[in-house]
Amino acid sequence: MKQSNSLLLLAVAALIAAPLLLPIEEAEFSGTDQQAKRLVEVSAPDYKPWAQPLWSPPSAEMESLLFALQAALGAGIVGFYVGYRRGRHTRPDRS
Amino acid sequence: MHIMEGFLPPLHAAGWTVAAAPFVVVSARAVARLVQEKPQTKLLLAGSGAFALALSALKLPSLSGSCSHPTGVGLGSVLFGPVVMTLIGTLVLLFQALLLAHGGLTTLGANVFSMAIVGPWAAYGVFRLVRSVHGSVPIAVFLAATLGNLATYLTTSVQLSMAFPDATSGFAGALLKFVSVFAVTQIPLAVIEGMVTVVAVNLLLQHSRDELEILSWPYRPVR
Repeated sequence: MKQSNSLLLLAVAALIAAPLLLPIEEAEFSGTDQQAKRLVEVSAPDYKPWAQPLWSPPSAEMESLLFALQAALGAGIVGFYVGYRRGRHTRPDRS
Repeated sequence: MHIMEGFLPPLHAAGWTVAAAPFVVVSARAVARLVQEKPQTKLLLAGSGAFALALSALKLPSLSGSCSHPTGVGLGSVLFGPVVMTLIGTLVLLFQALLLAHGGLTTLGANVFSMAIVGPWAAYGVFRLVRSVHGSVPIAVFLAATLGNLATYLTTSVQLSMAFPDATSGFAGALLKFVSVFAVTQIPLAVIEGMVTVVAVNLLLQHSRDELEILSWPYRPVR
């Protein structure tokens, strides 16, 4: 099981790295959410968004900070859980 | 799959909100019941929620030359069932709408419907189906998370096409356009989500047998 996990994570890493390494034409790596937004703007040019976000991150850097915080928060809790369970599992006498 | 703030006409935004609201209410009750009846699974629930929070923050490059993100709700859906996952997914979407200007409050209903209702139900359905034909747990989990992810993005495409049908080719033409934006990019990312979810389940099977037993997981295949 440990081996298959390593292989799976290796495959994940390869799948993430491949688009960056392969010569893909017109690779801008823009987000699909933004592309869909642009598609709406093209197909319905008269449409005016009728609401704005209550608060937007002031810059792209601040946005990536918040995304990193979100990922760190999630990963932190996942890491705590795995470590906690692993500790209990390997030291059942101290659970 | 996040539809941006204000990018659904008011009627559509209201419609999806009304459609999603009862699911969220039922889900909140289910979570409360779960925590009360099986308090030992609280930590696993928090872990599954955190898994979704982490994965949906990661915008990954795809072979299409675009980028998009996994949803992360597949894991919790196969473990706890889709009803419980609706609340978790809603909280993740709310977090992103309020703090990241990613998605929005007017489009929250639509986004909840795709990521926190259709995705989890698709994942859960696929999992049960594959198990019922005696597919192994890893295969079932992989297909569940992968197809659950794709179902979410298909739903987003349908929602946008209903709101913005093509001038000449109508709903079907618009659907084709939105699906081609989302689906091609999403397929490799859905596979990534499937594989990461299998890794998580493998770790749980190794270290969290007791919690899984409380959830009577994995369900026995139907004979």
